[in-house]
Amino acid sequence: MSKREHATTRRQVLAGAGALAGGLSLPTLATPAHAQVQANPAALAIAIQKVVGGAKINDGKVKLEVPPLSENGNAVALTVTVESPMTAKDHVKSIHVFAEKNLQPNVISAKLGPRAGLPMVQTRIRLADTQDLIAIAELSDGTFWRATGNVIITLGACLEDG
Amino acid sequence: MARALINVPAKAKRGEVITIKTLISHVMETGFRHTTMGVRIPRDIIDTFVCTYNGEEIFRATLHSAIAANPFITFHTVATESGTLTFTWSGDSQFSQTETANIVVE
Repeated sequence: MSKREHATTRRQVLAGAGALAGGLSLPTLATPAHAQVQANPAALAIAIQKVVGGAKINDGKVKLEVPPLSENGNAVALTVTVESPMTAKDHVKSIHVFAEKNLQPNVISAKLGPRAGLPMVQTRIRLADTQDLIAIAELSDGTFWRATGNVIITLGACLEDG
Repeated sequence: MARALINVPAKAKRGEVITIKTLISHVMETGFRHTTMGVRIPRDIIDTFVCTYNGEEIFRATLHSAIAANPFITFHTVATESGTLTFTWSGDSQFSQTETANIVVE
């Protein structure tokens, strides 16, 4: 039994090595760590589509604050503020942040309500490369508002292997 | 148990907007990295954060791999009544942690 398990393990290792050489199942591995990260507009569009549906996204009302330059993409301070009186009738329902060049465009989705008082969310994010960020806020009247920001990253996150 | 830090004012005036800062120690492994042997490191992140105020949900966030290690989240709420704020983080590998903080509203 133990012998058989051993054989399976070896087979898996060989299969993994073969895939590695062919670059089939691990396409990202073929990319050198220093390679330019490509924007993936299709994935970004799908991620945004999932949030807004078919609704029109207006520019304004949202403020996205990021440092203009960050030496390290592993922790970039991010602040999103929305102009809203935050009353029961007129408030921010949610705030979403997307990054165009990250392997996965979604960053954070926050659900707020009239009890938030101040529609503002702060966190620290990872960025793979110098890129644009998009913040989208959904208001209680069903409209969507957008702001963009750009961060220059000297050393990106995600790609260096551990 | 991961170490969590929560900053909630101990006292607040009724109707005042208070700032809540939370930090929890967690690797937030993206799932996109590989070891030197080319093996993908499985994703291990906190994907949900919920804050309730006396049982009522006031803030919820869905986190993705793009959130930095040791997720730090700041948000606000209106101090309505004295009571307890409950913070719950949950994610991959059945990660779940709950912390509470008390507030006195005058």
